[in-house]
Amino acid sequence: MTHRESRRQTLYMYLFIAPWLIGFLVFALYPILSSLYYSFTDYDIIHPPKYVGLANYQEMFHNDLFWKSVVVTLRYTFISVPIQLLLALGFALLLNQKIPFRGFFRTAMYFPSMVSGVAMSLLWYWIFNPSIGLFNYVLSWFGISGPSWLMSPDYALYALMIMSFWTAGSGMILFLAGLQGVPSSLVEAAKLDGAGRFRIFLNVTLPMISPVLLFQLIMGVIDSFQVFTQAYVMTQGGPNYSTWFYVYNLYTSAFKEYRAGYSSALAWVLLIVVMLFTGLIMKFSNRYVHYEGGGRK
Amino acid sequence: MSTIPAAGPNASSSLTKPRRKIDAVSIASFIALVVTTFLMLLPLFFMVSTSLKSKKELLKFPPTFLPETWQWSNYKDIFETLNFGQMYANSLIIGILTVVGTLLSSALAAYGFARYRGKGSNLWFMLMLSTMMLPYPAIMIPQFILFSKLNWIDTFLPLIVPAFFGSAYNIFLLRQFFSTLPDELFDAGRIDGCSEFRMWRQIALPLSGPALATVAIFAFIYSWNDLLTPVLYLSSSDKFTLPVGMSSFTSSRFRIPPWHLLMVASVLAMLPIVTLFAIAQKRFVEGIVLTGIK
Repeated sequence: MTHRESRRQTLYMYLFIAPWLIGFLVFALYPILSSLYYSFTDYDIIHPPKYVGLANYQEMFHNDLFWKSVVVTLRYTFISVPIQLLLALGFALLLNQKIPFRGFFRTAMYFPSMVSGVAMSLLWYWIFNPSIGLFNYVLSWFGISGPSWLMSPDYALYALMIMSFWTAGSGMILFLAGLQGVPSSLVEAAKLDGAGRFRIFLNVTLPMISPVLLFQLIMGVIDSFQVFTQAYVMTQGGPNYSTWFYVYNLYTSAFKEYRAGYSSALAWVLLIVVMLFTGLIMKFSNRYVHYEGGGRK
Repeated sequence: MSTIPAAGPNASSSLTKPRRKIDAVSIASFIALVVTTFLMLLPLFFMVSTSLKSKKELLKFPPTFLPETWQWSNYKDIFETLNFGQMYANSLIIGILTVVGTLLSSALAAYGFARYRGKGSNLWFMLMLSTMMLPYPAIMIPQFILFSKLNWIDTFLPLIVPAFFGSAYNIFLLRQFFSTLPDELFDAGRIDGCSEFRMWRQIALPLSGPALATVAIFAFIYSWNDLLTPVLYLSSSDKFTLPVGMSSFTSSRFRIPPWHLLMVASVLAMLPIVTLFAIAQKRFVEGIVLTGIK
């Protein structure tokens, strides 16, 4: 590449990425840095911020609601994400076989994922209604009398977890795509060697789709660290703070109590935790994830 | 090769045996699928049927599967109870402008990353990828302060303008697509005296219809479902988007939630998404696979 050519390339690259670059500086980098600054201040959005050092971070450690939100969010994440992944993988394995009405089943499994956001929250708000809702009605077919779900501090979080399983269909589509990428020659070779279904799954299929699994694990964890809609629409964090999710806590302290300084500290903790988790999962997975055509990296 | 056409009686019996085993597994899988599909579709069925029930029938337990009287007027009442038509229009306007902005800015940036190797291009690309993991709640407070200084509170601008500055997922998706376009096309364009911008518009874009459609669909769905951002910025009820307005159903405004209207709202809210799915099922699935956005 000549000197002139490389200058031309640089020029055009910056011209084309300019919209994103401006957006990145204004809507991402500036907010990240300024929230770091705000996190060391006492700031109510109206009056100018006042520097208070580490006070916000110290307060966090003594704040019961902060700890409550951490526990709620971690419990939700560690229970619901693995089960969601297992369900999605299970559906994908079932639907990767030659089975009658396969197209119908795939669409039907994915369909619930289209009712996302507030519409889904409203629907399940009714489903979990203890006296007229669908969930306790279905349980009654099996002779179980269900709890009061969203109105019970013991069950509200579980209700939200159950709701999250309903959209396992979108994860299923990702796994299906992964499964279709498994070369049939490998499966045939394993069969010839006398491997059973389970062995083939464990030693051939699973390593081949491990990148998809890893990707979904990371995105699942990041997403569930940021649960907001369900808490806002269905429970308002209650009853008795049993669904007081981290982001709901952040939202309340920033936009109900106008404590932008303290909330910025919360935001930075979230940012660091998300980065840490992503890094940890990636590092841990190096040993287990198999990438086609390029060793382990 | 010589071992494969094993025509002897032993070989054929050992071949039929595993096939019978597969059949048993297939039957079990089929039954499992029927049961789970039934359970997955049950809430949707009740969503539609409840949306057509009368106020009195709502409080029956067990819930009736089909409405005793089909009350189609519920679909009219929702427009009177909530400012539903206005909210629907607001969501559509914001959604469509978000799609336009996302397509334009992401296609430009993606082209820049795919076609040019300039100084710092790797650094910017890595930074771009890392913003995919950036949680919105981590940046929403300074963004809010920024937009309030611009006097954009209670307008649609904070919901639309950022879309015109690219989004990492879509840039990544389009960049992958643009990278697969053959260099010869662009060389030919250059020889014919085409400007770089014209090559983007007249060579790259027309060849990327499917990828652009995928981006458009997912940008629309994201904007359509978003609750947190409009909750922060929109305060007067005539500016509410669908999710903001619908979330008021569960607030203390109603002593007993109007369950039938709540279901009507849910049905109507999923309508555009189902329509998109019906007309572009392949793009839809592709989008999920490429971006992992659910």
